[in-house]
Amino acid sequence: MDSETAVVEQKPHHHPGYGETRHHFENAAQQKDASTIGMWVFLLTELMFFGGMFMAYFVYRQWYPIAFASASNKTNLWLGAFNTTVLICSSLTMALGVHAASMGKKKLLILFLFLTLVLGGAFLGVKGYEYHDKWVHHEVPGAHFDCEDCKDAAHAPLFFSLYFGMTGLHASHMIIGFGILLVLIWQAYKGKFTSKWYTPIEMFGLYWHFVDIVWIFLFPLLYLIDRSGRGLH
Amino acid sequence: MASNVHRPAHAPTEPYDVEHHVPKRVYFAVFAALICLTWVTAWVSTIDLGSLNIYVALSIAVFKASLVVLFFMHVKYGTRLTKMIVGCGLFWLAMLLFIVMADIWTRGWMGVPGR
Repeated sequence: MDSETAVVEQKPHHHPGYGETRHHFENAAQQKDASTIGMWVFLLTELMFFGGMFMAYFVYRQWYPIAFASASNKTNLWLGAFNTTVLICSSLTMALGVHAASMGKKKLLILFLFLTLVLGGAFLGVKGYEYHDKWVHHEVPGAHFDCEDCKDAAHAPLFFSLYFGMTGLHASHMIIGFGILLVLIWQAYKGKFTSKWYTPIEMFGLYWHFVDIVWIFLFPLLYLIDRSGRGLH
Repeated sequence: MASNVHRPAHAPTEPYDVEHHVPKRVYFAVFAALICLTWVTAWVSTIDLGSLNIYVALSIAVFKASLVVLFFMHVKYGTRLTKMIVGCGLFWLAMLLFIVMADIWTRGWMGVPGR
């Protein structure tokens, strides 16, 4: 009898609003588990997307170690380390943002999302400066490529192609994340999230941390090959 | 009684309304470790360790990534299904990297032309 009464009281075509539990889930927690798993499956496709580029990197580094070591020394170690630090800071502010959301602290959530946005922007700014530097020094593969003091200069463009391909794919993920952050800040400002439901914040956190992890590998692989100069003399 | 009939068999045994709040000090500890390891990996790259340099760099990167996955991404506190999915992804990536590199590393052994 109880269930029949409930059906009568409900509107015939009731669609759950933003953040409400959908009818095909047992409860809110199961819905959140499903979101988490879905997000992780998406991140695994991203892992294979980046994985292909890492694969290409390892093959060419194995074949042309001198060209890679020499070209890697053209990157700016200090800017790379600084940018890694900036990105890790943004991961911390993102984690603290998710924490604030889970506590239902709206102002703190907006603050941490904003800090994440600023740090992400700073990273992209430094990356843009580095790209410009490479352009000015004719280190962009193509008709104007010219690296006179590169060892095994014939294969140096391979390194720089992978450098721009991998950091470019990473930066495009940062730019997309930057845009999503703007939307999330707006939604948080509008009071869309509560301590009971902040799934978009948490799922975006997973994305942002994933992008951080990609950079954690890109930094040593692109910036730190043979910095002692062993193979270059 | 009637509600129990519709409960799916795969529903976790722990109560659903339990929220895991990771203490903030955990985040700060992970953050400190990540920053330190960033500068350690930059510094150690300037020391000539021969062919070991790349293995040291990759070991530090794997350790840093593990910290991010386990704590920032809450996998340590996640469901077993989440852990299994993450593990599957890493296994798949390992297949890509190691099967291809097994070919690349060993081609020279047989003197096959054109590598």
